[in-house]
Amino acid sequence: MTRLNKQGLTRRALLSRAVAAGALAVAGPGFIAAPDAAWAVEVTAISEHEMATLLQMARDIYPHDRVGDRFYAVAIKSYDVTEQKDMVAEGIAALDEAAKKAGFDNYLAAGWEDDRVAILRSIQDTPFFQTIRGGLVTGLYNQKDIWPIFGYEGESFSHGGYIDRGFDDIDWL
Amino acid sequence: MATAAKFELTDDSVVVIVGTGAGGGVLANELAQKGVKVVALEAGGRYMPEDYINDEWESFGQLAWTDPRTTSGDWRVAKDFSGLPAWIVKAVGGTSVHWAGASLRFQDHEWKALSAYGAVEGANLLDWPLDAAEMAPWYDKAEAKLGVTGVGGRARLPGSNNYKVFEKGALALGYKDVHTGNMAINSADYDGRMACQQTGFCFQGCKWGAKWSSAYTDIPRGEATGNLEVRDHAHVARILHDDSGKVTGVEYFDKDGNLQMQKARVVAVAGNSFESPRLLLNSHSSMFPDGLANSSGQVGRNYMRHTTGSVYATFEQPVKMWRGTTMAGIIRDEARHDPSRGFVGGYELETLSLGLPFMAAFLDPGGWGREFTTALDSYANMAGMWIVGEDMPQAENRVTLSETEDKFGLKVANVNFSDHPNDIAMRNHAYKQGQAIYKAVGATRTLPTPPYPSTHNLGTNRMSERPEDGVVNRNGRAHDVPNLFVSDGSQFTTGAAENPTLTIVALAIRQADHIAKEMAAGNV
Repeated sequence: MTRLNKQGLTRRALLSRAVAAGALAVAGPGFIAAPDAAWAVEVTAISEHEMATLLQMARDIYPHDRVGDRFYAVAIKSYDVTEQKDMVAEGIAALDEAAKKAGFDNYLAAGWEDDRVAILRSIQDTPFFQTIRGGLVTGLYNQKDIWPIFGYEGESFSHGGYIDRGFDDIDWL
Repeated sequence: MATAAKFELTDDSVVVIVGTGAGGGVLANELAQKGVKVVALEAGGRYMPEDYINDEWESFGQLAWTDPRTTSGDWRVAKDFSGLPAWIVKAVGGTSVHWAGASLRFQDHEWKALSAYGAVEGANLLDWPLDAAEMAPWYDKAEAKLGVTGVGGRARLPGSNNYKVFEKGALALGYKDVHTGNMAINSADYDGRMACQQTGFCFQGCKWGAKWSSAYTDIPRGEATGNLEVRDHAHVARILHDDSGKVTGVEYFDKDGNLQMQKARVVAVAGNSFESPRLLLNSHSSMFPDGLANSSGQVGRNYMRHTTGSVYATFEQPVKMWRGTTMAGIIRDEARHDPSRGFVGGYELETLSLGLPFMAAFLDPGGWGREFTTALDSYANMAGMWIVGEDMPQAENRVTLSETEDKFGLKVANVNFSDHPNDIAMRNHAYKQGQAIYKAVGATRTLPTPPYPSTHNLGTNRMSERPEDGVVNRNGRAHDVPNLFVSDGSQFTTGAAENPTLTIVALAIRQADHIAKEMAAGNV
């Protein structure tokens, strides 16, 4: 499912790039990665800046503080294809332009979520925003690996249902 | 089991039924049991409990009708889910695979909505040409067939966590008629089907077969008589007729995409409230230029979808609402007709839960940011209920033929819907009551959630005493065409406050009796 790769990057190399990128994810040639090298995602068709911006945008649209970046990266990785390249480039350019109007160098340069959300609100009726948002509904929440973070247990048939496993175990009423 | 029948395309002695859900599937079996030869044509594929998938999106991909449809009107579904006005099933068994199992009789006065409520401005209310007394024995048969709990000596289901929260809040507000419902889900083994294992995923097809569905009850039993042939992946394109105006058969695309023609003595349409009127409208001819059985102009009109909505709430402690039977919980106190509340008709409140993936899609479609995500962060501590109320039939809420065509080149259904002021007043009342119920149990936040793509689709070929007021008569028989019947929820004159499946089944059993007698008497 996931196209994330652990890459053989040194902590030092990553940290130096993290300083350059400033944001939560590290953008380097051909990849973006977590500052602690816990995960990395290859970038092939779109630019590293665009991928890093998409990742931040995904977090800001559906922020869950207990859900790690790697899940958001999986949710947006499908935009890194030739067929989506132009749509992404135009969309991110417009987003960065909106950020400039709000007084920031670009979207990623806005350090507070509130500022970024205000920028997103200004473009929320655009097809670009709606495409990204709509894709995340399934791209993020249909990842089985995030369900336990929300406590959701998924199917129970293989365990015989909950008839003997707590369908009525509420104890605080 | 006997080998299922195989009938010739040229056999003009058969009854052709279009659709195999709660209406068509039951009609097919009931006729087959009486010795009537039946060919049932089903647009979807065939899946049994072992095939059902307990994963919301994957199951949706397996079962849902996702062929194109278009939408218009001011309902929010037209904006949020413009190509998906309904969440219903395309498979043998139809939406009886997906339904939650709530099996309620209409209240007596609901058969006579116009008389009971009086004329409502902007609404197209009408009395059914049937009443509670006439329907009572057919309801008895339907309840026995489905194994409905809470009636016929069958015990109710046990209450889940989600039900316990709901019940405590309801009792705190003074509601009296509160229980785990009348469910076509076995509380004990019944009729060869096992008891509910509290697995959840009722909407995705019951893998235990504890919930009644025509897919694994009526359909195979009808086939076992040797009188029923079910053809799946058979998409009916049009109904044909002769110069006398009687129908003679149907044209359909088979699983290989080839156009076939099945002759028929009788045709019964049971494709749900979008596909049934679409088929009649697509069957227009020089004799019936506005569509088959449409001299009244009523085909497609008066589309009803129940006044719905949900209320979810979060609590300090876990609820785990996804565990157990999805809809085994009901408050019936608001189902009465009491215009002092500011609307006519009434509504039921029923427990409901969605898994995380569907909650993300349906909690606040289009919503984003922390207002949305902090609610999902409390998903495990969430309880949920669904509103099911009577909505007003309106002439302009209707199914028409769209300019969009499906893969066969057939015009698809456009579904136009706008709420009536009565619908809005009722929904707002229900939101207020639902939120109060959860606040009474300590809810930290309540979430009045908009209606989902429709699951109760009713009224587009409605039953009427006078031919000018509707499409079919008291037996579901077309006013204009003596050997054409409508056998699904589209024949509903009004929607009542109750989940419609039990009434669809009761009407199908009753209609089978009528058709068999009329065939025996040579009247059809």
